[in-house]
Amino acid sequence: MKRLGLVIDVDACVGCHACATACKEWNGRSLMAGGAPDYQPQGPEPSGVWFNRIRHYEAGEYPDSRTLNVPMSCMHCEDADCVTVCPTGASYKRAEDGIVLVDPEKCMGCNYCAWACPYGARELDENEGVMRKCTLCVDRIYDTALPEAERQPACVLACPAHARHFGDLDDPGSKVSTLVRERDGAPLLPELGYRPVNRYLPPRAAPEVPAPKDAAPRGTLQARLASMVNRLIRL
Amino acid sequence: MKPALSVVFFTVSSGAGLGLAVWLLLAQLAGRVDASHRTFWVAAALAAVLLTAGLLSSTRHLANPRNAWRAFSRFRTSWLSREGVFAVALYPLAALHLWASATGSRLAVATGVATIALALVVVLSTAMIYACLKTVPRWRTWHTPVAYLLYALASGALLWNAIARSGGVAPPDATALVVLLLAAGAVKAGWHAKFSNRVHATLNQALGVPETAPAGRVQGRVRLLDAGHTHGTFLTNEFGFELARERAATLRNATFALTVAAPLALLWFGAAGAWAAAIAMLTGLLVERWLFFARAEHVVRLYHGQRSV
Repeated sequence: MKRLGLVIDVDACVGCHACATACKEWNGRSLMAGGAPDYQPQGPEPSGVWFNRIRHYEAGEYPDSRTLNVPMSCMHCEDADCVTVCPTGASYKRAEDGIVLVDPEKCMGCNYCAWACPYGARELDENEGVMRKCTLCVDRIYDTALPEAERQPACVLACPAHARHFGDLDDPGSKVSTLVRERDGAPLLPELGYRPVNRYLPPRAAPEVPAPKDAAPRGTLQARLASMVNRLIRL
Repeated sequence: MKPALSVVFFTVSSGAGLGLAVWLLLAQLAGRVDASHRTFWVAAALAAVLLTAGLLSSTRHLANPRNAWRAFSRFRTSWLSREGVFAVALYPLAALHLWASATGSRLAVATGVATIALALVVVLSTAMIYACLKTVPRWRTWHTPVAYLLYALASGALLWNAIARSGGVAPPDATALVVLLLAAGAVKAGWHAKFSNRVHATLNQALGVPETAPAGRVQGRVRLLDAGHTHGTFLTNEFGFELARERAATLRNATFALTVAAPLALLWFGAAGAWAAAIAMLTGLLVERWLFFARAEHVVRLYHGQRSV
């Protein structure tokens, strides 16, 4: 039994949104995902459905701060409440590889699955009235017509920083499992108990910047003269 | 959470209808009213109208109502599905009970008790739709099902009280009404007090960044720099509802004035007072239910920059 998912390297992510636009490009036309519409993309209030969103954060105080770019999409949880709360059976988790999908033929657009998701992975398609979400590019990864190297989610292929990795997290020998082991990969919000499959490799801390000292040592005679002249010029 | 008016009306109206049905059937079982009274049929009709209006209103919340019939299929795991199944099952059971009552069948006691039980289960299922969500800590508490049950019984009791007084039938015990009103108010006050300052999860927690950690790990308070979109999204629209603190306090006070103080004051002024008390309660419940949604904070708000939920 496979447990397919993504491993996202927050240390490497540069926050360029290439994964999100590649996702839109592939899934906007995908029969499996059913589309990811834009609402007035060139209008005054552009909005739309995205299966993957990148948010930018700052941790710590300057100068010891670090920018974090955090892409988030469906975590394909093992205990996916979005599936169990769905009243129509439109949301389902595939037994063979763990991918969580929505059947638009059954969805009634009640939004309840989106309420149950802590990661904001589900968005309503207002045109069709049905829920949309990441399919892990299920219509790419098994497509034998594609060269083997391209049988990966569009977001992974597009990432210029190689911050996204796709694979079977149930296989301890896979590239993704190795990365998680070596880099202390962790799920987001594990305390809610959904057992998300995707893992985030934590950012490495930058070397600490020494704090400026309060009293600078008095310089040489030459330096003091120079600073006096500078002050006079500024007058 | 965005307070969708269709859902606010659904929970209040169906709750009141089911509560009224419970009180009517209790009065019938106690021998205070029977199917020969016009009042019995007036109350039964009002209960059916309130429940049906509520259920119809709930379908207005659906973006694709053509598939609503499928909502009965996931009874085993989904409270939303259970709510639908139980609510729809109530109609034939209630119809059977009305037939048994009208024909004077001995079956009426059994069907009456079963209808009461099923009506309470429907109210409980409605509450559990919200109380089962781990993503909304302010809903995931015993206050949610208990408050839904108490408010359904209280609003139903006030309606039955008004109908009974107008129709010359023995009204429900005044002590029971007072206790019910105070109990519902106390549970709701407890909910407001419990969640006014409580922190369930922080932005640091949501991103797995410790506020303080050994050297070499990224640490410190996290803040949002950019949410990545220039205009609202489905997520900010559905979960980003902001309620001003002052407005919340005003509405909370209005809730208690309308659902506790007003009915307690109006109860003692005959049939007209009884109707006024019931209407005050239903109006107050609309405000209460609106607040129930507006004050609920979904954890996805953390990723949009809120410090804590």
